[in-house]
This record gives sequence, structure tokens and C-alpha cells, in this order.
Amino acid sequence: MANALDGVAAMRLAELQDAAGVKQVPTRNGFGEGVIEAGKGNRNVLAICADLSESTRMLGFKEALPDQYIEIGVSEQMLVAMAAGMASTGKVPFIASYAMFNPGRSWEQVRTTMALNETNVKIAGAHAGVSVGPDGATHQAIEDIAIMRCIPHMTVVVPCDSIQTKRATLAVAAMNGPVYLRFGREKTPVVTTEETPFELGKAQIFREGKDVAIVVCGILVYNALIAARKLARDGIECMVVNNHTVKPMDEKTIVEAAERCGAVVTVEEHQISGGMGSRVAEILAQRRPTPIEFVGVADQFGQSGDPAELIEHYGMGSSAIEAAVRRAIARKELRPS
Amino acid sequence: MSTLSPQRLLELKLHATDVREGIIRSLLAAGSGHSAGPLDMADVFTVLYEHVLNHRPKEPLWDDRDRLLLSCGHIAPVRYSAMAYGGYFPVEELLTLRKFGTRLQGHPERVRLPAVETTSGPLGEGLAQGTGMALSAKMDGKSWRVYVVTSDAEHQCGLHWEAAMTAPKFKLDNLIAIVDRNFIQIDGSTEDIMPLEPFADKYRAFNWEVFECDGNDIAQFTETIEKAKAVKGKPSVIIANTVPGKGVSYMEGDYAWHGKPPNKEQAEVALRELQAERERLTANG
Repeated sequence: MANALDGVAAMRLAELQDAAGVKQVPTRNGFGEGVIEAGKGNRNVLAICADLSESTRMLGFKEALPDQYIEIGVSEQMLVAMAAGMASTGKVPFIASYAMFNPGRSWEQVRTTMALNETNVKIAGAHAGVSVGPDGATHQAIEDIAIMRCIPHMTVVVPCDSIQTKRATLAVAAMNGPVYLRFGREKTPVVTTEETPFELGKAQIFREGKDVAIVVCGILVYNALIAARKLARDGIECMVVNNHTVKPMDEKTIVEAAERCGAVVTVEEHQISGGMGSRVAEILAQRRPTPIEFVGVADQFGQSGDPAELIEHYGMGSSAIEAAVRRAIARKELRPS
Repeated sequence: MSTLSPQRLLELKLHATDVREGIIRSLLAAGSGHSAGPLDMADVFTVLYEHVLNHRPKEPLWDDRDRLLLSCGHIAPVRYSAMAYGGYFPVEELLTLRKFGTRLQGHPERVRLPAVETTSGPLGEGLAQGTGMALSAKMDGKSWRVYVVTSDAEHQCGLHWEAAMTAPKFKLDNLIAIVDRNFIQIDGSTEDIMPLEPFADKYRAFNWEVFECDGNDIAQFTETIEKAKAVKGKPSVIIANTVPGKGVSYMEGDYAWHGKPPNKEQAEVALRELQAERERLTANG
């Protein structure tokens, strides 16, 4: 059992085995730390905010680097288009709002002024997923991956915890091109350490296994690891792949995982339709047809509630992942060998 | 006072006639596109490219160039023609307008044609991007300016007013918006479709310096833009009143010409009229 998690050298194994002991930090905090570090390293890095500096964690940047901080009020279309204009002059703007409003409201500006223009703008989409909680459906972005991953030139990154969100923020600051970086509101388990490697476009195998590959992104990586541990008690060994870069996706790792395990479960805090799992299905349908089960929101809107309660209600808790793994195995066994 | 000598004014008027010819020829070759707006902005684009802009046509991405943005991308033929006659690329390239593989896309694309500055066509986005560029210039202590040409009808877009609210906050006196006030849009008159008046008052209420002029009078427009450049501490807008289809008699004032090109016979009439104008100007000059 313990050895099964050695794939993540730096994984906090002991903590993961005792849910109560897991350190919990919001992924947005990692963004806040990362964007300051990026701004200190490059004075062309800007933080532009649409009246949500505290909750998107841009406030620290504002205090540390006031000359590189711009506040433009509640105008998300402006946020994108203005940043695109600034990027065309050599700036590297990080633009922050809730994912529901940017890129939710600003999609056409993202497509035209950011992506078609090939400008170096980085969208920081905060408060993604139903785990926003009490604010309810209006503020729970669960379609954002779908509307971003279909845009040419766009890089889409969904880090799994606060440490990885900081890494991802620094990585996207250093690359040239439009980016959508997605993170959440709630405190969520920290599953990596400062030593865990991170490379854009390179999926990470957090747990080795041979029976089912769980391909997961974002804060649900923790639930996937918990599900894998429970299943191991029944002799089912799951590979867990942290698929943080939704676009461009690490096709090689996905295909190899499917080949190794013969069945896949995708897990994301997003509509099943059009999300990370959809991309996995596109890849495997073409390159390695494999039974796939999808864990995510099943064509519904969210609602108010406690974050954990909502994750459970919409079928993204560890038990739902466990059930999906069992379905995937059953389908695998039905296939002619 | 206009800085133009009579000789220079004549040159610019003749140049505007060339730009109109380029518009007609390129639209005829393309077989689709917009006629009225490009023609009515030929004088403005002539003044911008030949008199106002600090730019290098042979070095289009020169860092310190003034930025000219065309927010209403559908009138691209006037920009392309003014660029061609301004030395950016051969005039013959205008005949590739809207054709497969061209740099002269139906709506302009920044990545394909250097110095168009933005990709445009979806309306209401130019002033927002121009505001960003002007803010960058201020932050970096650069002296280049940003000019944004907009249509009147795109003032029906919400984003345009988000930008109109933002630019004065940052005191962007290096930003000048120019409105093609021709009162037409696809479905009819702007004042029937969605009234814009009192138009100048709207900008004044947003803390802009407002100028109005005849956008088809080269001397008057030149004088106005010089005044706008002298404004300190806030952005300026020039409401340039234009006659849609200006320069081609059967198109002038007819909104039906907003979104279609001339056919061969119509183009020939237009080119004959432009030639007559050229001769009239030369004879009088």
C-alpha cells in the first residue's frame, strides 16, 4: 500500500492516509504568491483586476508592486481587451476575476483580442467549480474549461493544489502566449510539496497501478488518491494521473496509461461535457479505444451549499470515483480480449 | 489653424482620391465587402497616414510608432488602400482582398498584416485595446500616441463604453478616438435602430474632450486633430461627420451600400467619377 504512492516521491503519504491531518490551503493562495514572484522578476508582468483583488488574491501584488497593478472595476470584457492591448506593447498581464465572469462573460474578447491576436495575456480564473459553495450557481464556473480549450493557441492549466498553482503561475508567466489558469476558492488538500516537479504539458503519475487509470485535474486529485487507496484494499490497483495541463494535453502519458490499464476514469470539477475528460476521450477514441467513465457534473447547474456537500451531491466525491472505477473495470471485462 | 499649405492640401485631396480608387478596385476584385464606410473614411485615413502618424511604412513594427487601430474592422478596405498608397505594400496587393491566403483578410488580423495593431471585426473592441496600449505608453514614459477609428454604430456595444469610462481614469491624453459619424448601419439609420444622440454629450459626461468636424473636409479634420493632440490630462474624441459612400455619387447617403461591393459596371462609373474629381482638383489647384 505505502509503496503504491511512491510514484509521487514527495507526496505527503502519512497525511493523506489520515484525512484530518492533511494540510488544507486554497489554490488561489498559490496564485497570489506566484504572481508576486513573477512580478518581482519581470517589471513587465502586470496584475489587472476587476474589483476582486482580495478574493482573487491579487491584493498582495497590489501592495508589493503598486506600479504594476491596475484596477479597472467591474468590466470583464474591458479586462481582457485592455490587457490584450497592453500585451501587444510587451506587457505580460495577469487578469483576474471569477472564472464565471472571465472567461465566462468575456469569451469573444478572449477569442478575438487574446487568442486570434496571439497576445501574451494570462487569465487567472478564480472561484472555479461548485466548491465555490454558498454563492450558488451564478458564481460556480463549470463550463470554463470547455469554452477555453476549444480556442486555438490557448493553453489551459488546472493545477491540483496551492503549491502547484504557484508553480503553474510562474511557468505561464515565463511562456509566451495566451493562457487560462483555473483555480478555486475553498481550502483544499495540499498533495504536492515544494520538491514535486512541475512542467507545463507534462502529466504526472501520482500513483502507479495496472487496473484502471484515473485521469484527474484540479482539486479532485486528492479525492482520486483517496479512492485509489480504498480500492487497493479490494485488490484494485489504480494509476492516478494528475493531468494539470488540459491544453496542450500530454497525449503520450494518456495513451500509455490507457494501454497499461485498459480502462480509464476521468475526474474533474466541471461539466462532463466538453471538459478535460472529453479531451481524453477524443485522444483515446482516435489512438487507443478504451472504456472510459466520466466523473464530473452531469449537465446540471450548481446551487448553494457547503463545498464538500456539493462535491458529494454532484457526484465528485471519492466514493463516486470508486464507483466509476468499478464500472470501468466491469466494462473492461466485458470486452473481447 | 491648419498646418497645411494649399499645395499640401491639394496633394492630400488627390491622395484621398487614389485611396478611394484602391477601395473600389479591391472591392470589385473581392466580390464582397463594405463600400460606404471605407469611402467616407478615405479623407480621414489619408490625413492620418500622410500627415499625422509618426510611422515608418518600411519598418511597420518600429517600436516607437504611433498606433492606429481600426475598431470597425469591416471598413478595412480603406485602411488597406491607405497603407498601400502610403508605401506599406504594393498597390496591386489590394486586389488580393478577401482571397484565400491573403494578408488582407475580410476583417483585419494583426498577426497577418504588421501594423494593423489589432484584429478587428467584432465591434466595440478597438477603444478597449487602444486604452491598454495608451496606458502602456504612459507607464513606460513613451511619447507615441494611439489613434482609434470607430464607427458610430459600434457605440451600441457595451464594451466600448467600458473603455470610454476607463481611459479618462488614467488621464490618457495620448489617446484620440475618431468616430466615423455617418449615421448608417446594416439595418438602417443609427437613429432609428438605436439612437446615439445626444452623442457628443455622452462623451462629455464620460470626461472626454470632444471635437466635432466635417470628416470629409481634409483641412478641417487636420486642424481638429492638431487641437486634439494638444489636449492635456484626458483623452479626446473627434466626431467626424461623414457622408457614407463619399466620392461615388450613387452611393452617397444610401445605407444600402453599407455592406455590399460595386459590380463591374458600377465600379466603372465610380472610377470615372474619381478620375473626374482628380482632373477637377488638378485644374483648380
